[in-house]
Amino acid sequence: MARIDQKFGWLELRPAGLYCAPADIYIDPGRGVPSAIITHGHADHARPGHGKVLATKETLAIMGVRYPADTPETQSLRYGERITVNDVVIWLAPAGHVLGSAQVVLEYRGERIVISGDYNRRPNPTATPFEVVACDLFITEATFALPVFRHPPAEKEVQKLLTSVAQFPEQAHVLGVYGLGKCQRMLALVREGGYEKPIYLHGALVGLTELYESFGFDFGDVRPVAGTDKEEVATALIFAPPSAIPAKWSRRFQNPRTAVASGWMRVRARARQRGAELPLVISDHADWDELLATCKATGAEEVWITHGREDALAHALIAGGQRARPLRLAGREEDAA
Amino acid sequence: MQVFAKLLDSLAFTPSRNAKIRLIGDYLKAVPDPARGYALAALTGALSFTGAKPAVIRALVAERVDPELFAMSYDYVGDLAETAALIWPERPRNAPPPTIDAVVHELTEASRGETPKLLEAWLDVLDADGRWALLKLATGGLRVGVSARLAKVAVAEAFGQAAADIEEVWHGIDPPYTVLFDWLEGRAAMPDPGAGAGFRPLMLANPLEEDAIAKLDSQAYRAEWKWDGVRVQAVSRNGEQRLYTRTGDDISGSFPDVVAGFDFDGVIDGELLVRGEGSVGDDGLTPVAPFSALQQRLGRKKPPAKLQQSAPGMIRAYDILFDGDEDVRKAPFDQRRLRLETWGKTAPEVFDISPLVPFADWDELAAIRAGARADGVEGLMLKRRDAAYSAGRPQGPWFKWKRAPLTLDLVVMYAQRGHGRRSSYFSDYTFGAWTDDDALVPVGKAYSGFTDKELALLDKWVRANTTDRFGPVRQVAPGLVFEVAFDAAQRSKRHKSGVALRFPRIKRIRWDKPIEEADRLSTVLALADS
Repeated sequence: MARIDQKFGWLELRPAGLYCAPADIYIDPGRGVPSAIITHGHADHARPGHGKVLATKETLAIMGVRYPADTPETQSLRYGERITVNDVVIWLAPAGHVLGSAQVVLEYRGERIVISGDYNRRPNPTATPFEVVACDLFITEATFALPVFRHPPAEKEVQKLLTSVAQFPEQAHVLGVYGLGKCQRMLALVREGGYEKPIYLHGALVGLTELYESFGFDFGDVRPVAGTDKEEVATALIFAPPSAIPAKWSRRFQNPRTAVASGWMRVRARARQRGAELPLVISDHADWDELLATCKATGAEEVWITHGREDALAHALIAGGQRARPLRLAGREEDAA
Repeated sequence: MQVFAKLLDSLAFTPSRNAKIRLIGDYLKAVPDPARGYALAALTGALSFTGAKPAVIRALVAERVDPELFAMSYDYVGDLAETAALIWPERPRNAPPPTIDAVVHELTEASRGETPKLLEAWLDVLDADGRWALLKLATGGLRVGVSARLAKVAVAEAFGQAAADIEEVWHGIDPPYTVLFDWLEGRAAMPDPGAGAGFRPLMLANPLEEDAIAKLDSQAYRAEWKWDGVRVQAVSRNGEQRLYTRTGDDISGSFPDVVAGFDFDGVIDGELLVRGEGSVGDDGLTPVAPFSALQQRLGRKKPPAKLQQSAPGMIRAYDILFDGDEDVRKAPFDQRRLRLETWGKTAPEVFDISPLVPFADWDELAAIRAGARADGVEGLMLKRRDAAYSAGRPQGPWFKWKRAPLTLDLVVMYAQRGHGRRSSYFSDYTFGAWTDDDALVPVGKAYSGFTDKELALLDKWVRANTTDRFGPVRQVAPGLVFEVAFDAAQRSKRHKSGVALRFPRIKRIRWDKPIEEADRLSTVLALADS
């Protein structure tokens, strides 16, 4: 085990996740702990069962929707608002990933560590833009850390969907999106792209979309699929979780064209596995170039890498003159994108 | 190139045949000559460039990308052209993206040594989809699920012509097919396919229902054996020889041994078979090897000499479309038959003539059909004596009267999701028979033959009995028996069970049958050997 007086020794990897010993607090732990900082509301970062949770108020609200039975003691922080716990200064910086997503900044004994959580460097109408925080140690995600992942502009990808809607007007279009973040970002992008008709939501997407609306987002005419008659949705644009597309649920639509919005859609074999006829390469994560650029921009002397293809990113960072090493967190697999 | 890339990209992800036809049609109507012509050439597999090999692409990428990162990426993506297209680090150049006609022209003109430089410059100015399309186009093999036939059907539908007419003119014209589009858009007359070694659309038969035969006049029909091979068209015109599949795909390259023997002038309709052991019989027929021998050769683009020797191809002729210069398709069957028999007397050795099967009435023919389980016979063909040779599948003049299928009771082992309308149902099934040690081994796969109601019940059963998942495939606990009908069982080294079923289809779901009572592998093997 690392000793606390070693460089960065005050942040260690424990079975439950990253742990800051002097503040006695975990960051995105994989299971219930007495005290946790949560970067954002996705289930692989925000688990239920903690004693105390420190996060943005949006993230706390998302956890409230996801885990209604979970009632930890909570403390919300605005971006940039600092608190001190046993000499550790803790603050959050925006990560641009989903509503309320944050990087965790920890300062102790003259060292600054930034834990990125998941982050996105592109404009996202539904999240506060990422801010680079200069630091000594940067702990980055690596979901799309292969040089084949370069996300095209999201607006261009959305046009693919809208073109198909125009070319196949007699068919329904079902768009596969994750319930937190991607769904609402796509709603905003489709509206920006000029689509004005009602958009129908699978039941699993309704709660979080309403939560976004309660934070002031306006997605136009959005209706649940449940309760509409077949006629009404037969040729509509429908959003659903990717898992619902091959399931019985989608049988109610007339010969639907299936779209999936995800960074994984960049690779054709992956897109076919998901059954996507219209793969839209739209990601809420940094792509390869952005990962490299971000790691560099922080000025960190050392980078630890989690969540994804650690080896490729470590290889490229080392080649670029930074110290880098994979940090193997248990139980992390590619899933949300 | 970018518009073509968009088309390829959409085609690659669109499983529905009708949607593909629409995508291609919309493209052909929107894009001007000659770009659309070259795109059509690419889709029909009419282009090939010798200098653009996978090794060239690897070398280009290696100049710009860390080899370790490339290896990790290739490992993840699994396709060279796609990995290269995605990983390519652009160096901005002051040039617009190339048009597809420029790409085709320059690749055709370029020497082997010049090709890499050309590709490199284009890769820099295209986006990822454009690079993918470029590399697929250059290396051949688009793999977007479009056959030459489908592309031609799309042309026909887009411009309101018969697919048979597109086929008819197709082989007389070359990329970028300006004369074709001039005709389709009313600026010129239909190109004359007359003298070329082009494909002439086939006349197809309808299946004969068991009870329908009584309504037919037995004196109006001729009968022939229905051979268990592959329908082909042999063309030899003005020194050009070609062998086509029933859909007009040129397979001359796969059967050089057959085409080399095309020393005649005309167009012959017949069955592609593999010669068996033994000498020519009294009926003038060459002995034929089982279908599995032919299967070894199908899809082999360049068959090795050894295979051509061990499985030599031949054609059993049953119709004549052109006798020399003369188009005889309008002539009635009996007249064409006479022509064919006359032609047969001096025909090259690679042909024999499929004999007529004489019969007095339907009862006698039914008895002949029932007795025919000989190798290489699938049943009978009935052809009206007075019918012209007309393209397509006209109702009435030609019938196929297959012998009654064999059936087995087999246990469902795996299920896979279907496509299109069936995409949310587990509708494709693999079924097996019992080995001597009471294990199940797969013997076939089928998806047809269910009503929507049955499909829904089966789907429910699969979901409730899944024991494992492999991508889209579910393994199910043994518990359900299908009665499977098929045309023949054949020994196969490619299958674990050692046997393959021809045209398996599910006849009935045996909800009632205990799995222990399903058929054994030894029974299946015995059928293959009988």
